Amino acid sequence: MSSATRSEPAPGATPTPNAQRPTPPLTSPTLAGTTVATEPSLRVDDIGMRYGDLVALRDVSFTAKPGERVAVIGPNGAGKTTLLSILAGIQRPSSGRISLDREHVGWVPQHAAVYRKLSVAENLRLFARLEKVPDVEDAVQRMLAQTRLAGRADDEVGTLSGGNRQRVNIAVGLLSDPRLLLLDEPSTALDPRHRERVWEFIGERAETGTTILFSTHNVGEAERYADRLLVLADAELLFDGTAAEFVALAGDVHDVEAAFVRFLHARGH
Amino acid sequence: MRWLLLKDLQILRRSPLLVALLIIYPVLVALLIGYALSRGPSKPKVAFLNEVPKGQGSFDVGGTKINGNQYANRFFEAIDPVPVKNRAQALEKVRSGQALAALIIPADIVQKLSTGGLEQPTLDVIYNAENPLKRQYVESTIQFQLAKANQALSGKFREVAAQYIGLLLKGGTFNAFGANFQILGLKNAKAILEGVSASLPRGSPERKALDQVIHFAGLAIDNLDLSNAALSSISAPLKVKTTTIGAGKDQPLDSFAVAVAVTISMMFVCVLLAAGMLALEREENAFTRLARGLVSRLGLLTEKISLAALCAALVGLAMLIGIGAFVTVDWGRFPLWVVAVVFAAAGFAALGVAIGGLAREVRAASLFAFLLSLPVAVIALVPSGATNQTLYDIIRVVSAIFPFRPALDAMDAALSGGGIALPLLHLVILVVAFGAIARLSLRRFA
Repeated sequence: MSSATRSEPAPGATPTPNAQRPTPPLTSPTLAGTTVATEPSLRVDDIGMRYGDLVALRDVSFTAKPGERVAVIGPNGAGKTTLLSILAGIQRPSSGRISLDREHVGWVPQHAAVYRKLSVAENLRLFARLEKVPDVEDAVQRMLAQTRLAGRADDEVGTLSGGNRQRVNIAVGLLSDPRLLLLDEPSTALDPRHRERVWEFIGERAETGTTILFSTHNVGEAERYADRLLVLADAELLFDGTAAEFVALAGDVHDVEAAFVRFLHARGH
Repeated sequence: MRWLLLKDLQILRRSPLLVALLIIYPVLVALLIGYALSRGPSKPKVAFLNEVPKGQGSFDVGGTKINGNQYANRFFEAIDPVPVKNRAQALEKVRSGQALAALIIPADIVQKLSTGGLEQPTLDVIYNAENPLKRQYVESTIQFQLAKANQALSGKFREVAAQYIGLLLKGGTFNAFGANFQILGLKNAKAILEGVSASLPRGSPERKALDQVIHFAGLAIDNLDLSNAALSSISAPLKVKTTTIGAGKDQPLDSFAVAVAVTISMMFVCVLLAAGMLALEREENAFTRLARGLVSRLGLLTEKISLAALCAALVGLAMLIGIGAFVTVDWGRFPLWVVAVVFAAAGFAALGVAIGGLAREVRAASLFAFLLSLPVAVIALVPSGATNQTLYDIIRVVSAIFPFRPALDAMDAALSGGGIALPLLHLVILVVAFGAIARLSLRRFA
């Protein structure tokens, strides 16, 4: 892994029918409606993923800027987790190109990927060492403070509540101080209080300039916490824009959830 | 990889039940095997009734006194006698299961034996058929002891017969019915006849007739000289010359049993640990994090193999040292033990990670590991000749695919001698093969 930004061509990548489609502009409207021209921290060009005959992703392209919060929504099996796991480097796409700084990508899987038999601090220390963080102890203390888990640092993760476990999970993803944080359904199975805390925490990270890309089933959450929506269905990216644009596109509805249902229904879902 | 290894050791330290099983299980196996080997097999309980009146246990054959109690005592070396007073009690003991069999010595045994084989006494043996396995065991024990007694008695009769023949040949004093008789003997008779013949004129009809008698006496002497050897052949028609060939020659049974015990224990500890610890990475969802480039897939497998092999090697050596307290082992071969244990552990660990990678869940991996290991160990212990050749060839091929057989061969060679290089090479090949299977299985592990 090099620290420089690099493009990752997929092995055996072949041009797809949409390969000539122009890359989306490097500017994007924010929630406030202002437009900021910035270098994207993530650029995805026509990536595709196949498992044998099954197409999991087809020619997906988008960008994300520093500090931007992007939600990936879609029905079950749309390809949300596949997209995120490709961006995280767990899988290699069958086709397409991804530009990101691989060393500065944080990954938060859907289910807490931490060792239940280790304490909170031990988990953070282990992953900090594996991430080759320069000052391990400093990173551990910083994450304990940010996740407000310092008081439970020596507790085994297995003894924590689901919400606290998810905070440890997110803290591990942030150990390397990433510029791009990928979260796969981070609030699933959390009660509203814990969910609120998690989003607050993620919001704080975005304010420091970290790009947040998360998948969710909860359309309301996407509307509330994301600057932009990516709507995936049947392995294709069907929409890329703000929640307001999405509602407007659906027509005659007042909220994103209704717009989402109508949007998918209109496309045969 | 170092941090992952430390992490796994920390997890093991916090799993006291698992660690206790890893330590207690092999130690218990070692103690049991050591105890069993040092004690030898237990004697079967046999109800014993001796109907021979007291003081009449000895008999005389041709002037030689034979003590019947001496032969009865030989039985007691192999059985645990339960004395009974009569035949009904003997039957009851067998029927109730208090004795596996009953042995009844008839009252007329001494009288019949004293005829020198003209009359054959009959021993009564009664078995309990309730448990065929026990019956077979006690039956073979009694038959074996009877065969030994028969052989000893026939040897005694042969000695008596040889004495008679010696008397016929060389002459001497013969005692019968309390009176001593002087026997001339064929050799003396021949010498006398030769003297008489020499005194007769050559060509005389008396001398010619006498020479015929001398010739016959010579033939009789020559053939009776061979009678001792002939009688030996009758008392023991088959003489056995034992030659052992192969790697295990001169190998004590104890060493092989130790090798089997250590190899089986190591296999279970190592395969279960490697399979479980790899599957745990997926169950904890940590694999997706690690697979992002924090640890290479090969590095992850190497770490799991090292962890399981390290634990199993320690267990194996602890077992060898434990069993060594009970059984005589050659401590001078200790460096070879270490080599065999390390290679065997690596082979088992590679099999374990392949199982863990394919099963993907800890419980499934543990079950898979157990269900595979047990039959692999059992079929690897099937001796040649115990089944037909085709089946045995199949067993050999299957055994060669898994690390148990080469690990056992290596342990056996390390303990008792023999070529160790080939089994070690076999284990290296299996480590590579199972490592490759495990690496492929990680493609669908996330």
